[in-house]
Amino acid sequence: MLAYLIQRLLGACLAMFGVVSIVFLFIHLIPGDPVEIMLGESATGADREALRLALGLHEALPAQYLHYLGGLLQLDLGYSIHQQQPVGHLLLERLPATGLLALVTLCLTIVLALPLGILAAIHRNTAWDSAAMGLSLLGVSIPNFWLGPLLILLFSLWLGWFPVSGQDGISSVVLPALTLSTGLTAVLSRMVRSSMLEVLHEDYLRTARAKGLPPARIILHHALRNALLPVITLLGLQLGALLAGAVVTETVFSWPGIGLLTIESIQSRDFPVVQACVLLISLTYILVNLLTDLVYAWIDPRIRLDGSSA
Amino acid sequence: MTTRLASVILLAWALLALLAPALPLSPNVIQLQHILDAPSAQAVFGYDDLGRDIGARLLVGARTSFLVAGWVVCLSLCLGTLFGALTAYRGGWWDRVATQLVDIFLAFPGILLAIALAGLLGPGLDNVVIALTVVGWVGYARLARAQVLTLKQREHVQAARALGSSQWYILRRHLLPLMAGALIVEATFGVAAVVIAEAGLSFLGLGVQPPLASWGAMIRDGTRYMLVAPHMVLAPGLSILAVVLAVNLLGDRLRDRFDTRLPTETGRQQ
Repeated sequence: MLAYLIQRLLGACLAMFGVVSIVFLFIHLIPGDPVEIMLGESATGADREALRLALGLHEALPAQYLHYLGGLLQLDLGYSIHQQQPVGHLLLERLPATGLLALVTLCLTIVLALPLGILAAIHRNTAWDSAAMGLSLLGVSIPNFWLGPLLILLFSLWLGWFPVSGQDGISSVVLPALTLSTGLTAVLSRMVRSSMLEVLHEDYLRTARAKGLPPARIILHHALRNALLPVITLLGLQLGALLAGAVVTETVFSWPGIGLLTIESIQSRDFPVVQACVLLISLTYILVNLLTDLVYAWIDPRIRLDGSSA
Repeated sequence: MTTRLASVILLAWALLALLAPALPLSPNVIQLQHILDAPSAQAVFGYDDLGRDIGARLLVGARTSFLVAGWVVCLSLCLGTLFGALTAYRGGWWDRVATQLVDIFLAFPGILLAIALAGLLGPGLDNVVIALTVVGWVGYARLARAQVLTLKQREHVQAARALGSSQWYILRRHLLPLMAGALIVEATFGVAAVVIAEAGLSFLGLGVQPPLASWGAMIRDGTRYMLVAPHMVLAPGLSILAVVLAVNLLGDRLRDRFDTRLPTETGRQQ
C-alpha cells in the first residue's frame, strides 16, 4: 500500500508541476506584445512599462519562471489588471458558487444514473434497456450550450418555474445542475449497466438467489456494491469533465462561479486571472483523481495488494 | 436502419460542407424587413436578428464545423499516433518521458486547455484548429502507445526486427495496420468531440469571427431572442445534435466491429 501511495503521489506531483509550467507559459503564447493586448492601444507608455514591471515581464524567462513558482508556493496568484485586486480574492469570491453547482450536479447524476443503469442491466435487451441506452446516447450527444437555453426556454420562460439566470435562491441551481449532469449521467449510466452485467453472472449472486433472498436485496446489496467499484473511478475522472463543462454551463446561466470568471477574464484580457482559473480547475482535477485512486485502493484490497507486491 | 440514417446524415453534412461555396447562398445579406421572421416557405429556417437567412448560415456553419473537425482529427491522429507509436517502440527512457508529457496534457480537464488557448491566441478558424489539436493529440498518443507496447512483442515484429528491417518500416508495415482499427474508432468519436468543442468555443465567442457562421455562434446570438424567435436557437442546435448523434452511433457500430473483447464477454456467459 505504501509503495502504491508513494508512486501515485509522485505521479500527481509531476503532473501538477507540468500543469503549472504550461500555465506559466500562457502569457508568452500570446501573439504580439502581451502588455499591449492587455491594456489596449490607448494606454500610455508609462502605464505599459508599469504593467510590464508588475508582471515581471522585463526579466529573463527563467527568472520569471522562478518568480512565478515562488509566488505560487506562497499562494500568491498575481494581481488582476482590471479588477485591481489580488486574484486570490476573486477566486475565493467565486469558489462557493462553483462548489455548490458541482455538488448538486454530482448528487443529481448519481440519483439519475444508478437507477437508469441498473434498470438497463436487469432488463437487458428489452425495451427498458434500449430506452435507457438511447437516453444515454442522447445525453452524450447534446451539447450543454444548447440544452441550457432549451431548459431556460421551457422551464423559465414558458412555465416560469425557475429563474432564467444568475444566482438567486436555491431554485436557481436546478437548471444549471440539470444541464451539467446530462453528459455525466449518460456516461455513468452506461458504466453502471456494463459493470452490473459483469457482476450479475458471478457465483455469489446465484448463491444469493438460491438462498431465496428478495430480488431487491440481491440487486442493491449483493450486485450493486460490487459493481460500484469501476463506477467510482469513472466518477473521479468525469469530475474533470464536470469542472470544464462548468465553464460553458456557468456562462449559459450567468452562474457567478470560477467558470464564468474564466470567460469574463478571457474577454477582458485579464490574463493573470485566466492563468489562475485554469490552474485552480486543473489542480483540483488532479487532486480529485488522486483521491479517487486512493479511495479505490482502500475499498478494493486487490489493488492494494497488487501495489505492495509490485 | 439507424446506421443507414446516420451514414446519410454524415454524408449530407460532408457534401453540403464541401459544396457550400459553390451554392448560390447569401448568408451575409441583411434584409431588415425580415428581422427575426419565423420559418416560412420563402426561408425554411427563418431569419436571424439581423435579417439574414438562417438556412444559408446553417450551411456555412456546416462547412465551418466540417473543416475544423477534419483538420483537428487528421492533425491529432497523425501527430499523436506518430508520437505515441515511436516513443513506445523505442521504449525505455523515450517511453518514460513521453508518458509523463502525455500525462501532463491529460491533467487538464476536458476542453479547458482549448478554451484558455483559444482565448490567448485570439479568435479565428486557424487558432481554433491549433487549440483543439494541442488538446486532441494526447488521446491518440496514449492509445498508440498502448497498442504498440502489446504488438511489439508479437512474433512477426520480432522476426522483422531480426531480419534487420528499419524502425520506420516495421512501424509502417507491421504495426500501423494492426493498430488501425482502434485508431479509427477513436478518431470517429473524436469527430463528435471536435464538432461539440468547436461549437462550444464559438458559443463562448472564442471561435470563428463574424460574419463567418458557426453553429455555436448562431446559438449564442439566438439566446438573446429566445422568447420571440426560438427558431434561432433550435435550428443550429438540432444540426449539431444530428451530426454528433450520427457520429456517435457510427462509432458504436465500428467499435462493435473492431473490438476483440466482445467475443470473450459472450463466451463467459455460456
